[in-house]
Amino acid sequence: MTFDLECRGLSKKFDETMAVRDVSFAVPAGSFFSILGPSGCGKTTIMRMIAGFLEPTSGDILIKGRSVLGVPPNKRAVNMVFQHLALFPMMNVAENIGYGLRRQGVDRAEIARRTDEVLERVHLPGIGRRKVTELSGGQRQRVAIARCMVLKPDVLLLDEPLGALDLKLREQMKIELKALQAEFDTTFVYITHDQGEALVMSDAVAVMKAGVFEQVGSAQDLYYRPATSFVAGFVGEANRWTGTVIAVDGATAHIRTNDGLPIIARADCVSQGDAVQVFVRPEAISVALKAADVAADPNHMAVRVTALLFNGANSRVLVRDETSGGEIDVALPQSAAFSGLEKGAEIHIGWGRDQSHCFKGTSQ
Amino acid sequence: MMQRRLGFFLLLTPLVLWLGLLIIIPHIDMFLVSLRMRVAPGVYAPSLENYSDFVTQPLYLVTFLRTAIMSVLATVITLIIAFPISYYIAKIAKGRNQAVLFLMCLIPFWVSELVRTFGWIILLRETGVISGLLQWVGLADQPVEMLYNNAAMMLGLVYTSMLFMVVPLSTTLESLDDAVIEAGYDLGGSTGSILREIVIPHAMPGIVSGCIVVFMLSLGNYLTPTMLGGKDSLWFTQLIYSQFIVRFNWELGAAFGFCLLIASSLIVWGMLRLTGQTLERTMGEGT
Repeated sequence: MTFDLECRGLSKKFDETMAVRDVSFAVPAGSFFSILGPSGCGKTTIMRMIAGFLEPTSGDILIKGRSVLGVPPNKRAVNMVFQHLALFPMMNVAENIGYGLRRQGVDRAEIARRTDEVLERVHLPGIGRRKVTELSGGQRQRVAIARCMVLKPDVLLLDEPLGALDLKLREQMKIELKALQAEFDTTFVYITHDQGEALVMSDAVAVMKAGVFEQVGSAQDLYYRPATSFVAGFVGEANRWTGTVIAVDGATAHIRTNDGLPIIARADCVSQGDAVQVFVRPEAISVALKAADVAADPNHMAVRVTALLFNGANSRVLVRDETSGGEIDVALPQSAAFSGLEKGAEIHIGWGRDQSHCFKGTSQ
Repeated sequence: MMQRRLGFFLLLTPLVLWLGLLIIIPHIDMFLVSLRMRVAPGVYAPSLENYSDFVTQPLYLVTFLRTAIMSVLATVITLIIAFPISYYIAKIAKGRNQAVLFLMCLIPFWVSELVRTFGWIILLRETGVISGLLQWVGLADQPVEMLYNNAAMMLGLVYTSMLFMVVPLSTTLESLDDAVIEAGYDLGGSTGSILREIVIPHAMPGIVSGCIVVFMLSLGNYLTPTMLGGKDSLWFTQLIYSQFIVRFNWELGAAFGFCLLIASSLIVWGMLRLTGQTLERTMGEGT
């Protein structure tokens, strides 16, 4: 297995704060790797170290198996799409794209040929003479990618490039970015705080918090098998309870939440008496009008609807559990049976043992 | 409707008065004065002799050309010195340092130009600080006179103009996004090529507006050439002064004044054409 990019024990210290602490990961050639984390978690610091704008305090960065420590940014086979794209406003589109090639001393005819070719590949043929200020948000995005890809980098870094776009365009660009990555067959490293972007596009996602990687895995891994309570809470939506393990029976844990709700969960490295956090996704909870329909689920209860949150396909109901008085967020199926659901109605909810993720500890 | 009209005219009045009383009327009068000659005490006749004097007398023309060339030179030197200073203030210094550096550029302007120029005289004269220092160190065995030559005058001109270059330059440089410079490095650019292709084109409106201001200030400077310049660094403004004040030849002085106005306008226009800038853009963005 060859890795286009590998970081080993990467750390960065600013004055007294550790922005990045002992981060190691490897990105296989031609894959789309994302670093997902809240703002201030150190993801931009990692990216700037890979690009060469910051020197790591300790650790090593390897590109195509060769260490790039001490190599200045203009000599690294890594290019970056900046957050606000940083297109050169004093140049037109073709000059922007040709900038890197001119620095390499490529001759004029070849620059023109390769510029046309890359514009073709990002589906913007013939806009070379336009000013960058005349382009739309999506076009500027593609020009910024073309400006990097024309240099055929080993790794392309993308620093939240979709942040400035409006919602509709962002959805469209997500799909387009993934398609461009496949088209160029280049390794993309993408950083974002938006889980939607990371999950849709990536082959592998690293979830980062306070300078460390909490979990690295596929989108499915993060969603179905979160390794830490932070990942469970950060990726996707979840109902969260804190409680205590009252009994462990093989692979099954019996938990009582602090407000008195009994929950049956899978016992991954928890033992009796542990304080735990339990996460259950709204969409993992099944809803029924009759108690018998959910009676087979290990967790099931009768609840009352307290609010209907209509949002098309993502509609939710907030229900109140009669015994504990706690509110639970449940995804509402868009089937005919529930179309007449009203506030105050009694319904039944249930979910499986493996849909409850529990983690030791009570902090974030 | 009537009230809005009235408000508009009231607001316009100070501008019209200022332009009319201080600029247009004096210039019309100057122009008329420059087009006549004195034939007898108190008797004047229309004539172009003042202008033909200017063109035919080598002293006038040579002084005029030297003043223009030296002013261009002073502008170029000011630009070369001010650019790295402005770049440092705008892009490298952060927070408090930035304010302190800016203030340091401003402090000399708290005292009058006359006092500032005397400061240079104290430093540069034969019995001055630098001369004394050189003798004390042993690099000179007799007092060194560094005043009253073109170099001393150039020094004074650059010093006087520095702030007017630093302000527009650092303003335009500050508006350049750091990420754009980083993108230049990221795409393989060297410091030189980034300066040439990204920083300078971006700073062009500031460079041009700074140059226009500094050039005009140098061309119209009277004090610095008089105090620091030598007998062979006669400035055109000194000629104008002597026509008006010493020789009471207002007619020739007015003609000189007009020639200076035309020349500075032409040179500024040429500068704008050469750099592809417009006056609106440089004055709008630059300062």
